[in-house]
Amino acid sequence: MRFTKDHEWVAVEGDIATVGITAYAAEQLGDVVFVEVPEVGKTVKQGDGLAVVESVKAASDVYAPVSGEVVEANAALGDAPETVNAVPETGGWFAKLKLSNPSEVEALMDRDAYEAFLGTL
Amino acid sequence: MSDQDLKKTPLYDAHVASGARMVPFAGYSMPVQYKDGVLKEHLWTREHAGLFDVSHMGQARIRGTDPAKSFEKVVSADYQGLKPGKQRYGVLLNAQGGIIDDLMTARPDDDGLFVVVNGACKDNDYAIIAKALEGEATVERLEDRALLALQGPEAAAVLAAHVPAAADMVFMDTAVLTAFGVEAIISRSGYTGEDGYEISVPAADATRIWNTLLQDERVKPIGLGARDSLRLEAGLPLYGHDLDETVSPIEAGLNFAIGKRRREAADYPGASRIGAELAGDLSRIRVNLKVLEGAPAREGAQIADATGTVVGVITSGGFGPSFGGAIAIGFVPPALAVVGARLQVIVRGKSQAAEVVASPFVPNRYVRKL
Repeated sequence: MRFTKDHEWVAVEGDIATVGITAYAAEQLGDVVFVEVPEVGKTVKQGDGLAVVESVKAASDVYAPVSGEVVEANAALGDAPETVNAVPETGGWFAKLKLSNPSEVEALMDRDAYEAFLGTL
Repeated sequence: MSDQDLKKTPLYDAHVASGARMVPFAGYSMPVQYKDGVLKEHLWTREHAGLFDVSHMGQARIRGTDPAKSFEKVVSADYQGLKPGKQRYGVLLNAQGGIIDDLMTARPDDDGLFVVVNGACKDNDYAIIAKALEGEATVERLEDRALLALQGPEAAAVLAAHVPAAADMVFMDTAVLTAFGVEAIISRSGYTGEDGYEISVPAADATRIWNTLLQDERVKPIGLGARDSLRLEAGLPLYGHDLDETVSPIEAGLNFAIGKRRREAADYPGASRIGAELAGDLSRIRVNLKVLEGAPAREGAQIADATGTVVGVITSGGFGPSFGGAIAIGFVPPALAVVGARLQVIVRGKSQAAEVVASPFVPNRYVRKL
Protein backbone atom coordinates (compact mmCIF):
# COMPACT_ATOMS: atom_id res chain seq x y z
CA MET A 1 0.00 0.00 0.00
CA ARG A 2 1.22 3.51 -0.89
CA PHE A 3 0.11 6.88 0.42
CA THR A 4 -0.18 10.55 -0.61
CA LYS A 5 0.22 13.72 1.42
CA ASP A 6 -3.53 14.27 0.82
CA HIS A 7 -4.16 11.09 2.84
CA GLU A 8 -5.25 8.80 0.03
CA TRP A 9 -4.02 5.21 -0.19
CA VAL A 10 -3.40 3.01 -3.23
CA ALA A 11 -3.20 -0.78 -3.27
CA VAL A 12 -2.00 -2.29 -6.57
CA GLU A 13 -2.69 -5.77 -7.94
CA GLY A 14 -1.42 -6.28 -11.48
CA ASP A 15 -2.34 -3.08 -13.32
CA ILE A 16 -5.37 -2.29 -11.12
CA ALA A 17 -5.08 0.21 -8.26
CA THR A 18 -7.69 0.33 -5.50
CA VAL A 19 -8.01 3.83 -3.96
CA GLY A 20 -9.33 5.04 -0.61
CA ILE A 21 -8.60 7.48 2.19
CA THR A 22 -6.48 6.69 5.22
CA ALA A 23 -7.71 6.06 8.77
CA TYR A 24 -6.19 9.43 9.70
CA ALA A 25 -8.25 11.21 7.03
CA ALA A 26 -11.43 9.39 8.03
CA GLU A 27 -10.87 10.40 11.63
CA GLN A 28 -10.31 14.04 10.64
CA LEU A 29 -13.44 14.12 8.46
CA GLY A 30 -15.69 12.81 11.17
CA ASP A 31 -18.89 10.94 10.46
CA VAL A 32 -19.25 10.34 6.73
CA VAL A 33 -22.88 10.71 5.61
CA PHE A 34 -22.54 10.68 1.82
CA VAL A 35 -19.96 9.53 -0.73
CA GLU A 36 -19.93 10.45 -4.41
CA VAL A 37 -17.94 7.83 -6.31
CA PRO A 38 -16.78 8.26 -9.93
CA GLU A 39 -18.48 6.74 -12.94
CA VAL A 40 -16.94 3.67 -14.50
CA GLY A 41 -15.09 4.64 -17.68
CA LYS A 42 -14.01 8.05 -16.41
CA THR A 43 -10.35 8.82 -17.03
CA VAL A 44 -8.43 10.73 -14.38
CA LYS A 45 -4.97 12.22 -14.16
CA GLN A 46 -2.98 12.16 -10.94
CA GLY A 47 -4.34 14.98 -8.75
CA ASP A 48 -7.76 15.18 -10.42
CA GLY A 49 -10.88 15.02 -8.28
CA LEU A 50 -11.93 11.38 -7.99
CA ALA A 51 -14.62 11.25 -5.31
CA VAL A 52 -16.35 13.52 -2.80
CA VAL A 53 -16.78 12.57 0.83
CA GLU A 54 -19.33 14.46 2.89
CA SER A 55 -19.54 14.66 6.66
CA VAL A 56 -22.45 16.27 8.51
CA LYS A 57 -20.72 19.60 8.17
CA ALA A 58 -18.65 19.65 5.01
CA ALA A 59 -17.83 18.21 1.61
CA SER A 60 -14.23 17.14 0.95
CA ASP A 61 -12.63 16.20 -2.37
CA VAL A 62 -10.68 12.99 -2.75
CA TYR A 63 -7.96 13.29 -5.42
CA ALA A 64 -6.74 10.58 -7.73
CA PRO A 65 -3.37 9.45 -6.32
CA VAL A 66 -2.46 7.97 -9.69
CA SER A 67 -3.61 8.34 -13.31
CA GLY A 68 -5.88 5.82 -14.96
CA GLU A 69 -9.36 4.74 -16.00
CA VAL A 70 -12.07 3.96 -13.47
CA VAL A 71 -12.94 0.28 -13.93
CA GLU A 72 -15.06 -0.16 -10.79
CA ALA A 73 -16.65 2.10 -8.17
CA ASN A 74 -17.67 1.05 -4.67
CA ALA A 75 -21.45 1.28 -5.07
CA ALA A 76 -21.96 -0.16 -1.56
CA LEU A 77 -20.96 3.24 -0.12
CA GLY A 78 -24.22 4.67 -1.46
CA ASP A 79 -26.22 2.83 1.18
CA ALA A 80 -23.49 2.63 3.80
CA PRO A 81 -21.26 5.74 3.68
CA GLU A 82 -20.28 5.05 7.31
CA THR A 83 -18.12 2.21 5.97
CA VAL A 84 -15.51 4.89 5.23
CA ASN A 85 -15.21 5.59 8.97
CA ALA A 86 -15.45 1.95 10.04
CA VAL A 87 -12.92 0.38 7.65
CA PRO A 88 -11.30 3.20 5.63
CA GLU A 89 -8.36 1.13 4.40
CA THR A 90 -10.35 -1.95 3.34
CA GLY A 91 -14.14 -1.91 2.68
CA GLY A 92 -14.25 1.89 2.51
CA TRP A 93 -12.43 2.06 -0.84
CA PHE A 94 -13.86 4.39 -3.51
CA ALA A 95 -12.71 3.18 -6.91
CA LYS A 96 -10.45 0.80 -8.81
CA LEU A 97 -8.30 2.39 -11.51
CA LYS A 98 -6.57 0.73 -14.43
CA LEU A 99 -3.15 2.35 -14.18
CA SER A 100 -2.00 4.39 -17.16
CA ASN A 101 1.36 5.26 -15.60
CA PRO A 102 2.41 2.60 -13.06
CA SER A 103 5.60 4.49 -12.22
CA GLU A 104 3.46 7.05 -10.36
CA VAL A 105 2.80 4.43 -7.68
CA GLU A 106 6.48 3.97 -6.91
CA ALA A 107 6.88 7.70 -6.25
CA LEU A 108 4.25 7.64 -3.46
CA MET A 109 5.11 7.16 0.22
CA ASP A 110 5.27 3.73 1.78
CA ARG A 111 3.63 3.08 5.17
CA ASP A 112 6.70 4.08 7.20
CA ALA A 113 7.17 7.31 5.25
CA TYR A 114 3.45 8.14 5.62
CA GLU A 115 3.54 7.49 9.38
CA ALA A 116 6.57 9.77 9.60
CA PHE A 117 4.70 12.41 7.57
CA LEU A 118 1.73 12.22 9.98
CA GLY A 119 4.17 12.85 12.80
CA THR A 120 5.02 16.22 11.26
CA LEU A 121 1.37 17.42 11.13
CA MET B 1 -6.78 36.12 11.48
CA SER B 2 -4.09 33.98 13.08
CA ASP B 3 -4.85 31.67 15.99
CA GLN B 4 -3.02 34.06 18.32
CA ASP B 5 -5.55 36.79 17.56
CA LEU B 6 -8.51 34.62 18.46
CA LYS B 7 -10.34 35.42 21.68
CA LYS B 8 -11.07 32.74 24.23
CA THR B 9 -14.25 32.25 26.19
CA PRO B 10 -13.98 31.59 29.95
CA LEU B 11 -14.55 27.91 29.11
CA TYR B 12 -11.62 27.54 26.68
CA ASP B 13 -9.47 25.42 29.02
CA ALA B 14 -12.44 23.21 29.89
CA HIS B 15 -13.05 22.51 26.19
CA VAL B 16 -9.43 21.59 25.54
CA ALA B 17 -9.43 19.34 28.64
CA SER B 18 -12.53 17.57 27.26
CA GLY B 19 -10.78 16.77 23.98
CA ALA B 20 -12.54 19.41 21.88
CA ARG B 21 -11.44 20.21 18.36
CA MET B 22 -11.12 24.00 18.43
CA VAL B 23 -11.79 26.17 15.36
CA PRO B 24 -11.95 29.91 14.68
CA PHE B 25 -15.54 31.16 14.91
CA ALA B 26 -16.79 34.74 15.23
CA GLY B 27 -13.31 35.83 16.30
CA TYR B 28 -13.11 33.21 19.03
CA SER B 29 -11.46 29.82 19.33
CA MET B 30 -14.52 27.60 19.77
CA PRO B 31 -15.19 23.85 20.06
CA VAL B 32 -16.61 22.48 16.79
CA GLN B 33 -16.89 18.99 18.27
CA TYR B 34 -15.68 16.84 21.15
CA LYS B 35 -14.48 13.23 21.05
CA ASP B 36 -17.84 11.71 20.07
CA GLY B 37 -18.16 13.77 16.89
CA VAL B 38 -20.96 15.82 15.36
CA LEU B 39 -23.36 12.95 14.57
CA LYS B 40 -23.37 11.43 18.07
CA GLU B 41 -23.44 14.85 19.74
CA HIS B 42 -26.45 15.84 17.65
CA LEU B 43 -28.37 12.65 18.53
CA TRP B 44 -27.39 12.89 22.20
CA THR B 45 -28.91 16.38 22.40
CA ARG B 46 -32.16 15.16 20.82
CA GLU B 47 -32.38 12.25 23.30
CA HIS B 48 -30.79 13.56 26.50
CA ALA B 49 -29.19 16.93 27.27
CA GLY B 50 -26.42 18.77 25.46
CA LEU B 51 -24.33 21.52 27.06
CA PHE B 52 -23.11 24.30 24.74
CA ASP B 53 -20.72 27.17 25.33
CA VAL B 54 -22.23 30.19 23.59
CA SER B 55 -20.17 32.76 25.48
CA HIS B 56 -18.97 34.26 22.18
CA MET B 57 -22.42 35.79 21.83
CA GLY B 58 -22.90 39.34 23.03
CA GLN B 59 -24.75 40.02 26.28
CA ALA B 60 -25.81 43.55 27.19
CA ARG B 61 -28.10 45.56 29.40
CA ILE B 62 -30.09 48.49 28.05
CA ARG B 63 -31.01 50.93 30.79
CA GLY B 64 -32.82 54.26 30.82
CA THR B 65 -36.13 55.86 31.66
CA ASP B 66 -37.88 53.95 28.85
CA PRO B 67 -35.24 51.68 27.31
CA ALA B 68 -37.72 49.66 25.24
CA LYS B 69 -39.07 52.76 23.54
CA SER B 70 -35.58 53.92 22.56
CA PHE B 71 -34.55 50.42 21.47
CA GLU B 72 -37.60 50.12 19.22
CA LYS B 73 -36.12 52.78 16.93
CA VAL B 74 -33.82 50.11 15.46
CA VAL B 75 -35.64 46.84 16.10
CA SER B 76 -38.92 45.44 14.85
CA ALA B 77 -40.44 43.69 17.81
CA ASP B 78 -42.84 45.17 20.36
CA TYR B 79 -40.56 45.56 23.36
CA GLN B 80 -42.66 48.18 25.12
CA GLY B 81 -45.26 45.44 25.37
CA LEU B 82 -42.77 42.86 26.67
CA LYS B 83 -43.95 41.74 30.10
CA PRO B 84 -41.54 41.27 33.00
CA GLY B 85 -40.32 37.67 33.06
CA LYS B 86 -40.63 37.25 29.29
CA GLN B 87 -38.21 37.17 26.35
CA ARG B 88 -38.94 37.95 22.70
CA TYR B 89 -37.14 37.38 19.37
CA GLY B 90 -36.53 40.42 17.18
CA VAL B 91 -34.40 41.75 14.36
CA LEU B 92 -32.16 44.80 14.18
CA LEU B 93 -33.00 46.56 10.91
CA ASN B 94 -31.22 48.87 8.49
CA ALA B 95 -33.00 51.74 6.74
CA GLN B 96 -33.90 49.44 3.84
CA GLY B 97 -35.55 46.89 6.11
CA GLY B 98 -32.62 44.47 5.84
CA ILE B 99 -31.55 42.44 8.86
CA ILE B 100 -28.40 43.70 10.61
CA ASP B 101 -28.72 40.95 13.21
CA ASP B 102 -31.30 38.81 14.95
CA LEU B 103 -31.44 38.99 18.71
CA MET B 104 -33.20 37.93 21.88
CA THR B 105 -34.41 40.60 24.25
CA ALA B 106 -35.60 39.82 27.75
CA ARG B 107 -37.04 41.61 30.75
CA PRO B 108 -35.75 39.27 33.46
CA ASP B 109 -36.11 41.88 36.25
CA ASP B 110 -36.73 45.63 36.63
CA ASP B 111 -33.18 46.54 35.55
CA GLY B 112 -33.95 47.52 31.96
CA LEU B 113 -33.64 45.03 29.10
CA PHE B 114 -31.23 42.10 28.71
CA VAL B 115 -30.16 41.57 25.10
CA VAL B 116 -28.27 38.65 23.51
CA VAL B 117 -26.82 39.18 20.02
CA ASN B 118 -24.70 37.12 17.62
CA GLY B 119 -20.99 37.02 18.37
CA ALA B 120 -19.80 37.99 14.90
CA CYS B 121 -22.17 40.99 14.84
CA LYS B 122 -21.88 42.33 18.34
CA ASP B 123 -19.51 45.30 17.90
CA ASN B 124 -21.57 46.66 14.99
CA ASP B 125 -24.84 45.96 16.81
CA TYR B 126 -23.79 47.81 19.95
CA ALA B 127 -22.66 50.84 17.94
CA ILE B 128 -26.03 51.01 16.15
CA ILE B 129 -28.00 50.47 19.33
CA ALA B 130 -25.96 53.04 21.27
CA LYS B 131 -26.60 55.63 18.55
CA ALA B 132 -30.34 54.97 18.66
CA LEU B 133 -30.35 55.29 22.45
CA GLU B 134 -28.24 58.46 22.55
CA GLY B 135 -29.39 60.83 25.28
CA GLU B 136 -32.22 58.52 26.30
CA ALA B 137 -30.73 55.23 27.43
CA THR B 138 -27.42 53.34 27.60
CA VAL B 139 -26.20 49.99 26.38
CA GLU B 140 -23.73 48.26 28.68
CA ARG B 141 -21.83 45.25 27.37
CA LEU B 142 -21.64 42.47 29.95
CA GLU B 143 -18.10 41.33 29.12
CA ASP B 144 -17.69 39.57 32.46
CA ARG B 145 -20.42 37.00 31.84
CA ALA B 146 -20.42 33.61 30.14
CA LEU B 147 -23.44 32.05 28.40
CA LEU B 148 -24.26 28.33 28.56
CA ALA B 149 -27.06 26.57 26.71
CA LEU B 150 -28.49 23.34 28.11
CA GLN B 151 -30.70 21.74 25.47
CA GLY B 152 -32.63 18.52 25.09
CA PRO B 153 -35.54 16.56 26.57
CA GLU B 154 -33.67 15.93 29.83
CA ALA B 155 -32.47 19.53 30.24
CA ALA B 156 -35.34 20.54 32.51
CA ALA B 157 -34.82 17.66 34.92
CA VAL B 158 -31.06 18.26 34.96
CA LEU B 159 -31.35 21.97 35.71
CA ALA B 160 -34.16 21.52 38.26
CA ALA B 161 -31.80 19.45 40.39
CA HIS B 162 -29.69 22.60 40.84
CA VAL B 163 -32.24 25.38 40.29
CA PRO B 164 -35.75 24.18 41.31
CA ALA B 165 -37.42 27.40 40.11
CA ALA B 166 -36.28 26.75 36.53
CA ALA B 167 -38.79 23.89 36.31
CA ASP B 168 -41.66 26.39 36.68
CA MET B 169 -40.64 28.35 33.58
CA VAL B 170 -42.18 27.82 30.12
CA PHE B 171 -40.79 28.63 26.67
CA MET B 172 -39.54 32.23 26.46
CA ASP B 173 -39.82 32.83 30.21
CA THR B 174 -36.83 34.56 31.76
CA ALA B 175 -35.74 35.24 35.33
CA VAL B 176 -32.81 36.23 37.49
CA LEU B 177 -32.30 33.28 39.80
CA THR B 178 -29.74 32.19 42.33
CA ALA B 179 -28.16 29.21 40.65
CA PHE B 180 -24.96 27.36 41.57
CA GLY B 181 -24.44 29.97 44.29
CA VAL B 182 -24.38 32.94 41.90
CA GLU B 183 -26.81 35.31 40.22
CA ALA B 184 -27.81 33.77 36.90
CA ILE B 185 -30.04 35.16 34.16
CA ILE B 186 -31.95 32.13 32.92
CA SER B 187 -34.36 31.85 30.00
CA ARG B 188 -36.24 28.78 28.85
CA SER B 189 -35.17 28.95 25.22
CA GLY B 190 -32.40 27.97 22.87
CA TYR B 191 -31.69 27.43 19.20
CA THR B 192 -31.91 23.67 18.73
CA GLY B 193 -35.69 23.13 18.57
CA GLU B 194 -35.48 21.26 21.87
CA ASP B 195 -36.72 22.23 25.28
CA GLY B 196 -33.89 23.82 27.22
CA TYR B 197 -32.33 26.86 28.81
CA GLU B 198 -29.82 29.60 28.18
CA ILE B 199 -27.94 30.43 31.35
CA SER B 200 -25.91 33.62 31.78
CA VAL B 201 -23.43 33.40 34.65
CA PRO B 202 -20.42 35.38 35.89
CA ALA B 203 -17.34 34.48 33.82
CA ALA B 204 -15.38 33.61 36.95
CA ASP B 205 -17.89 30.86 37.83
CA ALA B 206 -18.43 29.50 34.33
CA THR B 207 -15.97 26.58 34.46
CA ARG B 208 -17.23 25.40 37.86
CA ILE B 209 -20.85 25.49 36.65
CA TRP B 210 -19.96 23.82 33.33
CA ASN B 211 -18.19 20.99 35.17
CA THR B 212 -21.01 20.66 37.70
CA LEU B 213 -23.56 20.18 34.91
CA LEU B 214 -21.30 17.68 33.15
CA GLN B 215 -21.17 15.52 36.27
CA ASP B 216 -24.77 14.57 35.48
CA GLU B 217 -24.65 11.48 33.27
CA ARG B 218 -27.51 12.86 31.16
CA VAL B 219 -25.31 15.77 30.02
CA LYS B 220 -22.53 15.85 27.42
CA PRO B 221 -20.64 18.82 25.97
CA ILE B 222 -21.75 19.60 22.42
CA GLY B 223 -19.81 21.59 19.82
CA LEU B 224 -20.76 24.13 17.20
CA GLY B 225 -20.99 21.43 14.51
CA ALA B 226 -23.99 19.79 16.15
CA ARG B 227 -25.40 23.16 17.17
CA ASP B 228 -25.58 24.00 13.47
CA SER B 229 -27.18 20.71 12.39
CA LEU B 230 -29.69 20.92 15.27
CA ARG B 231 -30.78 24.46 14.38
CA LEU B 232 -31.00 23.52 10.69
CA GLU B 233 -33.32 20.60 11.50
CA ALA B 234 -35.33 22.96 13.70
CA GLY B 235 -35.80 25.19 10.64
CA LEU B 236 -34.17 28.16 12.38
CA PRO B 237 -32.32 30.70 10.21
CA LEU B 238 -28.71 31.58 11.01
CA TYR B 239 -27.31 35.09 10.71
CA GLY B 240 -24.56 35.42 8.09
CA HIS B 241 -26.04 32.50 6.17
CA ASP B 242 -29.83 32.65 5.86
CA LEU B 243 -30.05 36.22 7.15
CA ASP B 244 -28.04 39.26 6.08
CA GLU B 245 -28.45 42.96 5.42
CA THR B 246 -30.20 42.36 2.07
CA VAL B 247 -32.80 40.00 3.53
CA SER B 248 -35.94 41.41 5.14
CA PRO B 249 -37.67 39.65 8.02
CA ILE B 250 -40.67 38.97 5.76
CA GLU B 251 -38.50 37.33 3.09
CA ALA B 252 -36.95 35.30 5.90
CA GLY B 253 -40.35 34.14 7.12
CA LEU B 254 -39.90 36.01 10.39
CA ASN B 255 -43.20 37.91 10.23
CA PHE B 256 -43.70 37.23 13.95
CA ALA B 257 -40.66 39.42 14.64
CA ILE B 258 -42.69 42.48 13.63
CA GLY B 259 -45.04 43.22 16.52
CA LYS B 260 -48.72 43.93 15.79
CA ARG B 261 -48.50 47.39 17.34
CA ARG B 262 -45.34 48.07 15.33
CA ARG B 263 -47.01 47.05 12.04
CA GLU B 264 -49.84 49.47 12.67
CA ALA B 265 -47.49 52.29 13.66
CA ALA B 266 -45.01 51.46 10.85
CA ASP B 267 -42.39 53.17 13.01
CA TYR B 268 -39.40 50.86 12.43
CA PRO B 269 -36.55 51.13 9.88
CA GLY B 270 -37.51 49.95 6.41
CA ALA B 271 -41.24 50.12 7.22
CA SER B 272 -42.20 51.00 3.64
CA ARG B 273 -40.51 47.90 2.18
CA ILE B 274 -41.64 45.62 4.97
CA GLY B 275 -45.20 46.97 4.81
CA ALA B 276 -45.33 46.28 1.07
CA GLU B 277 -43.94 42.79 1.61
CA LEU B 278 -46.50 42.09 4.33
CA ALA B 279 -49.16 43.08 1.78
CA GLY B 280 -47.81 40.46 -0.62
CA ASP B 281 -45.27 42.34 -2.74
CA LEU B 282 -42.44 39.85 -2.33
CA SER B 283 -39.88 38.46 -4.79
CA ARG B 284 -38.30 35.73 -2.69
CA ILE B 285 -39.07 33.84 0.49
CA ARG B 286 -37.29 31.35 2.70
CA VAL B 287 -38.19 27.70 2.22
CA ASN B 288 -37.19 24.37 3.67
CA LEU B 289 -36.07 21.78 1.15
CA LYS B 290 -35.74 18.04 1.48
CA VAL B 291 -33.12 16.79 -0.97
CA LEU B 292 -34.67 13.66 -2.48
CA GLU B 293 -31.57 12.22 -4.10
CA GLY B 294 -27.81 12.64 -4.15
CA ALA B 295 -25.41 14.71 -2.10
CA PRO B 296 -26.34 17.25 0.55
CA ALA B 297 -26.96 20.69 -0.99
CA ARG B 298 -24.87 23.19 0.94
CA GLU B 299 -24.72 26.97 1.17
CA GLY B 300 -24.28 28.53 -2.27
CA ALA B 301 -25.85 25.67 -4.26
CA GLN B 302 -28.35 26.90 -6.84
CA ILE B 303 -32.04 26.04 -6.77
CA ALA B 304 -33.79 25.45 -10.12
CA ASP B 305 -37.45 24.96 -10.99
CA ALA B 306 -38.82 21.89 -12.78
CA THR B 307 -37.69 23.27 -16.16
CA GLY B 308 -34.12 23.77 -14.97
CA THR B 309 -34.28 27.55 -14.71
CA VAL B 310 -32.31 28.82 -11.72
CA VAL B 311 -34.74 30.45 -9.31
CA GLY B 312 -32.86 30.72 -6.05
CA VAL B 313 -30.00 29.71 -3.82
CA ILE B 314 -29.34 27.52 -0.79
CA THR B 315 -28.27 29.53 2.26
CA SER B 316 -27.80 26.63 4.71
CA GLY B 317 -27.72 22.96 4.01
CA GLY B 318 -26.32 19.67 5.12
CA PHE B 319 -27.26 16.35 6.57
CA GLY B 320 -29.92 16.15 9.26
CA PRO B 321 -28.90 13.32 11.61
CA SER B 322 -32.34 13.04 13.26
CA PHE B 323 -34.18 13.72 10.00
CA GLY B 324 -32.07 11.02 8.37
CA GLY B 325 -31.25 12.78 5.13
CA ALA B 326 -30.08 15.88 3.34
CA ILE B 327 -31.95 19.08 4.18
CA ALA B 328 -31.52 22.73 3.29
CA ILE B 329 -32.82 26.24 3.72
CA GLY B 330 -32.94 28.53 0.69
CA PHE B 331 -34.78 31.37 -0.99
CA VAL B 332 -37.15 31.03 -3.98
CA PRO B 333 -40.00 33.08 -5.54
CA PRO B 334 -43.18 32.86 -3.42
CA ALA B 335 -45.07 30.96 -6.13
CA LEU B 336 -42.64 28.05 -5.70
CA ALA B 337 -42.59 28.20 -1.92
CA VAL B 338 -45.48 25.80 -1.53
CA VAL B 339 -45.19 22.61 0.50
CA GLY B 340 -44.92 19.71 -1.93
CA ALA B 341 -43.50 21.80 -4.81
CA ARG B 342 -40.83 19.88 -6.72
CA LEU B 343 -37.60 21.77 -7.34
CA GLN B 344 -34.01 20.88 -8.16
CA VAL B 345 -30.79 21.66 -6.36
CA ILE B 346 -27.56 21.87 -8.33
CA VAL B 347 -24.64 20.26 -6.52
CA ARG B 348 -21.26 20.18 -8.27
CA GLY B 349 -23.02 20.69 -11.60
CA LYS B 350 -25.55 17.90 -11.11
CA SER B 351 -29.27 18.50 -10.80
CA GLN B 352 -30.85 16.60 -7.94
CA ALA B 353 -34.54 16.41 -7.09
CA ALA B 354 -35.74 18.33 -4.05
CA GLU B 355 -39.10 19.08 -2.49
CA VAL B 356 -40.41 21.99 -0.47
CA VAL B 357 -41.36 20.72 2.99
CA ALA B 358 -42.89 22.31 6.07
CA SER B 359 -40.82 23.80 8.84
CA PRO B 360 -39.43 22.47 11.11
CA PHE B 361 -37.78 19.37 9.64
CA VAL B 362 -37.87 17.75 13.09
CA PRO B 363 -40.73 18.67 15.48
CA ASN B 364 -39.95 21.33 18.06
CA ARG B 365 -40.26 20.35 21.69
CA TYR B 366 -40.69 23.74 23.34
CA VAL B 367 -42.60 23.59 26.63
CA ARG B 368 -45.37 26.12 26.17
CA LYS B 369 -47.54 25.00 29.10
CA LEU B 370 -46.75 23.13 32.27
